[in-house]
Amino acid sequence: MADILCVIEQRGGAVRKGANELLTAARQLADQLGGRVDALVCGAGPVSGLDGLGAAGADRVLTATHDGLAQYAPEAIVATVQSIAGQYAAVLVAATATGKDLAPRLAAAIGAPCGMDVTAVHAENGAVRVVRPVYAGKAIQTLEFSGTAVVAVRPGAYPAVVSGKAGAVESIAVPAFTARLTVTGIAAPDKATLDVAEARVVIAGGRGLGEPQHFGLLEELAAAFGGEAAVGASRAVVDVGWIEHGAQVGQTGKTVSPELYIAVGVSGAIQHLAGMRSARTIVAINRDKDAPIFKVADYGIVGDLFEVVPALTAAVKAAKGQ
Amino acid sequence: MKIAICLRRVPDTTAKIAIGPSGTSIDETGVKFVPNPYDEYALEAGIALRDAAGTGETVVVAFGGDAVQETMRTALAMGVDRAVHLQGTPSADGLANARVLADHLRDGGYDLILFGKVAVDDYGQQTGAMVAELLGRPCATAITSLVIEGGTAKVTREVEGGVESAHCALPAVFTCDKGLNTPRLPGLKGIMAAKKKPLDIIPTTAGASRVTILSLALPPERQAGRIVGEGAAAVPALMAALTTEAKVL
Ligand SMILES: Cc1cc2nc3c(=O)[nH]c(=O)nc-3n(C[C@H](O)[C@H](O)[C@H](O)COP(=O)(O)OP(=O)(O)OC[C@H]3O[C@@H](n4cnc5c(N)ncnc54)[C@H](O)[C@@H]3O)c2cc1C
Ligand SMILES: Nc1ncnc2c1ncn2[C@@H]1O[C@H](COP(=O)(O)O)[C@@H](O)[C@H]1O
Repeated sequence: MADILCVIEQRGGAVRKGANELLTAARQLADQLGGRVDALVCGAGPVSGLDGLGAAGADRVLTATHDGLAQYAPEAIVATVQSIAGQYAAVLVAATATGKDLAPRLAAAIGAPCGMDVTAVHAENGAVRVVRPVYAGKAIQTLEFSGTAVVAVRPGAYPAVVSGKAGAVESIAVPAFTARLTVTGIAAPDKATLDVAEARVVIAGGRGLGEPQHFGLLEELAAAFGGEAAVGASRAVVDVGWIEHGAQVGQTGKTVSPELYIAVGVSGAIQHLAGMRSARTIVAINRDKDAPIFKVADYGIVGDLFEVVPALTAAVKAAKGQ
Repeated sequence: MKIAICLRRVPDTTAKIAIGPSGTSIDETGVKFVPNPYDEYALEAGIALRDAAGTGETVVVAFGGDAVQETMRTALAMGVDRAVHLQGTPSADGLANARVLADHLRDGGYDLILFGKVAVDDYGQQTGAMVAELLGRPCATAITSLVIEGGTAKVTREVEGGVESAHCALPAVFTCDKGLNTPRLPGLKGIMAAKKKPLDIIPTTAGASRVTILSLALPPERQAGRIVGEGAAAVPALMAALTTEAKVL
């Protein structure tokens, strides 16, 4: 029992981004245990992006196809995983909204312990260990599991590593299952924006913006990053309706770990830090040199955001050759 | 409609966290404990549904030490009808705790079992969906809306890039997210009434655990960074740092 199963998320017949990061975690764990990595993709028909799974670390790609899998169908995925779970040391999923819904169901179905939102997973004397933030990121817990464990890996915790290798593709059966929940669809938000939890770069705005329309400055900066950046916000501005709730970063909003987090006019309250302190690089722009955000920022600029942000936007555009 | 709400007692979210002598749990000295904030959405949903139906019962259930009784009184003060204290020591293994709750809830005749989406202490994010799986009931997690018509529940939940809609038959299990409703505050009348509401105590033991907490530690302090400069004039210095040091551009 040294093999790792990754349950890969797909939506609308395409592998979701984040699969490669998950496979990096799985690959490292499998190498420590001396096992292989299987990637399971459940869908209603052919799924695009399977080639990339081999290159990202999967030794085998298992496809499970069933008409009932056109939308997220937890019972079908649980039944499929349950039919093969006995062979694995760990079942890994990405800790996305869907992954977090799925992981505990899988755990209960196969009688395994479940570690959610882990930032690191490794093997020690054959047992799976995970590191995960608790108490809203105010503490870090290390857990050891005995037997097969279900582990939901936080997006952004592992880099995607791509080789030239391909994984063998095999199909497996979806066993009989009872669909108890019917998912009817996903309505996209009015504006097609990148989710802060998924973006490589997050530009977060706070009360310092002064007025809701000044979020436009941040959108321009985000656009300069060319589709990799999302606009986030502090709760103070979400609560007064300057931006939708989905953009809120922090203890009662989203937890993000992008490669780059730029906090603009955000003071850096403890509840805000809870959602972004694990970002790889933090930049703060604030006119108050004593603002707490500077204590966690790698790089700070003290100054008026209305001056600094447009200059930064122009510099990023120039650097990206736009 | 008979509705159960599972409740957990957690440190106040503004509490400063210090590590206790065991090195695997927090130092509770001086920490104020409150009902888990996400459970308040579950309590509000349960109370409102019962009131809208004009009939039925809401029951708050907590597995834990005696201190949870005080936490459940808050739920009773909000308007829940009665409380069940599954008296015992919760496990580090969320599945062991889910089994305790599922065993109690299985034959309770509940149309709806509500949870918070996450307990803000251990961030387990698993109990509700596990209980649903153990009971073989439909489940949706982290719901932000809930409409019940006849024997069917319609829910929405936030997923990356949109809002997912789903429906299922009752009896069902849901975990509740911010946005579902605005929890009521217990009034003085409610607080007085809560003292007289029934609170049953059932001694309970969690089964075997497959999880060991090896350590609990404070997060590494982020290296205090540096102020690269003031105003727009500092932008080139920032760009240089992001390009050559942080390598994020
Ligand atoms: C239970 C609980 C949960 C919470 N959860 C969250 C959460 O999830 N997320 C969250 O963010 N907050 C949360 N909060 C709120 C948090 O405590 C703060 O109130 C909030 O984060 C402050 O938002 P802010 O930084 O935008 O505003 P402020 O604290 O008002 O900061 C504004 C900053 O902008 C700067 N500024 C002003 N003008 C300019 C300018 N022209 N140029 C440059 N800088 C300027 C100021 O110097 C200041 O530092 C929570 C609070 C509680 C009690
Ligand atoms: N010991 C417990 N007793 C009753 N309900 C609990 C307990 N632990 C967790 N819950 C419920 O499960 C939800 C999610 O908890 P967790 O899975 O620990 O994040 C909480 O919001 C509660 O509704």
